Amino acid sequence: MSPEEANSLAQGVLAGERLALARALTQVENDTPAGRLILSETFPHTGRAHRIGVTGSPGTGKSSLVNLLARHFRQPPAGQAPRRVAVVAVDPSSPFTGGAILGDRIRMRDLTGDPGVFIRSMATRGSLGGLASATAGVVQLFDAAGFDVVLIETVGAGQAEVDIARLAHTTLVVEAPGLGDDIQAIKAGILEIADVLVINKADHPGVDGTERALRSMLEMAHPVRHEMHHHGQIETLHAYAAAPDPNAPLWIPPVLRTIATEGMGMPELMAAIARHKDYLQQSGDWQRRERFRLQAELDTLLQEALVARWRETVSAGVYQQAVDDLLRRKVSPHQAVSQLIGPA
Amino acid sequence: MTEKKIRVLVAKPGLDGHDRGAKVVARALRDAGMEVIYTGLRQTPEMVAEAALQEDVDAVGLSILSGAHMGLVPRVVDLLKANGQGHVRVFVGGIIPDEDVAALLALGVTGVYGPGTLTDVIVEDIRKAVLPA
Ligand SMILES: Nc1nc2c(ncn2[C@@H]2O[C@H](COP(=O)(O)OP(=O)(O)OP(=O)(O)O)[C@@H](O)[C@H]2O)c(=O)[nH]1
Ligand SMILES: [Mg+2]
Repeated sequence: MSPEEANSLAQGVLAGERLALARALTQVENDTPAGRLILSETFPHTGRAHRIGVTGSPGTGKSSLVNLLARHFRQPPAGQAPRRVAVVAVDPSSPFTGGAILGDRIRMRDLTGDPGVFIRSMATRGSLGGLASATAGVVQLFDAAGFDVVLIETVGAGQAEVDIARLAHTTLVVEAPGLGDDIQAIKAGILEIADVLVINKADHPGVDGTERALRSMLEMAHPVRHEMHHHGQIETLHAYAAAPDPNAPLWIPPVLRTIATEGMGMPELMAAIARHKDYLQQSGDWQRRERFRLQAELDTLLQEALVARWRETVSAGVYQQAVDDLLRRKVSPHQAVSQLIGPA
Repeated sequence: MTEKKIRVLVAKPGLDGHDRGAKVVARALRDAGMEVIYTGLRQTPEMVAEAALQEDVDAVGLSILSGAHMGLVPRVVDLLKANGQGHVRVFVGGIIPDEDVAALLALGVTGVYGPGTLTDVIVEDIRKAVLPA
């Protein structure tokens, strides 16, 4: 695609044209030069959307809840303006064939025909951790296109999905009764990323036990919130921002019950999401999360760019020699780095 | 740059409630490395066209067993064109009489497949129609 075409797609995205948006999303998803150009051109117009992550084990009802959340944002109680809603639904690619069946739309048929809603399915394309590597870019385009809310449904590995916690302002972790025996299945890590815990399928037996177990695990998890893994290390969000206000209230993740098939518990869930957004804005966490996320993105791009540039400066032979030395245990990985780029 | 992925919408327009055939095709396309957006039962032509637009697919596969193909397929083709997606290739599976097959192909449908068609044939046809030669 020519830069002129990419430019006109970017303008179309900013003007809210749906076909331009759909085509721009494809360029971003394929990480083409045009996609990068579109991301750069639309970036100044981003930062407004409320990004809400929906994660949790397979089949717990994430898509059904996303469908209901979108409907509630579209048809809010009297006195509130409807919000424009984008949905990004991620499903796994087959590691063997690279193909994928993206089935989350099945639960979102209520949303068709509404011009204030846009749903896009994505395959992970080999990336681990519940999102595709292009998901952040896709979300950014929806933000630029003027969607007030972006709902992001992850693959749902049921593991600590740090990527979604970093990308979203508000992360919902969806559990359901009777998933394995029982709560052992719920890893402590996934509780740490939850801003709101949802026990869906509350019509199923065992819901009391699930709630008790979740609440007691929640009490044990982390007095310190906002810790995130970054390149394998734990760093606190606060470290990157102005000193946090010690008087700011701490967010305690609420535990809510829903029955997505009947709409039960939705007003409460909507209220919890609104409260969390208020909390983020009043505590300064909105800005801190934004800063942390952009810094992580910058670091990733810097690493890729620096490595690529460095590789252009050394001969393949020197590099392969270092790998051979590692293999023969002549040097350690740390020593090899020192030899290649000089001591730190 | 990631290698170009073929994206296909598999939809089941109309009122009949059997989506076994559609699922078999969806799995075959996935196994051939394609990304299949599966939308489930009872889709209207409007729903199919809207999903095709949002997902920016290369092809749409319609599975129709109800006999209503001559009502549904032309409507989908028209809506795709009206949305600026005239390039999207349309494939139809179902029990379709010969004279209707000719009529559908004349409308611009790329392939029509009866029961028992080997999925390999469908995969190959989609590849050929979608990928630049
Ligand atoms: N009984 C009951 N069934 C539900 C409820 N919520 C969802 N379901 C059903 O559970 C099944 C899975 O729901 P989905 O919304 O597709 O779950 P998901 O978490 O998105 O699934 P994956 O994306 O495959 O991980 C569907 O058959 C839903 O109808 C609920 O509250 N109660
Ligand atoms: Mg789902």
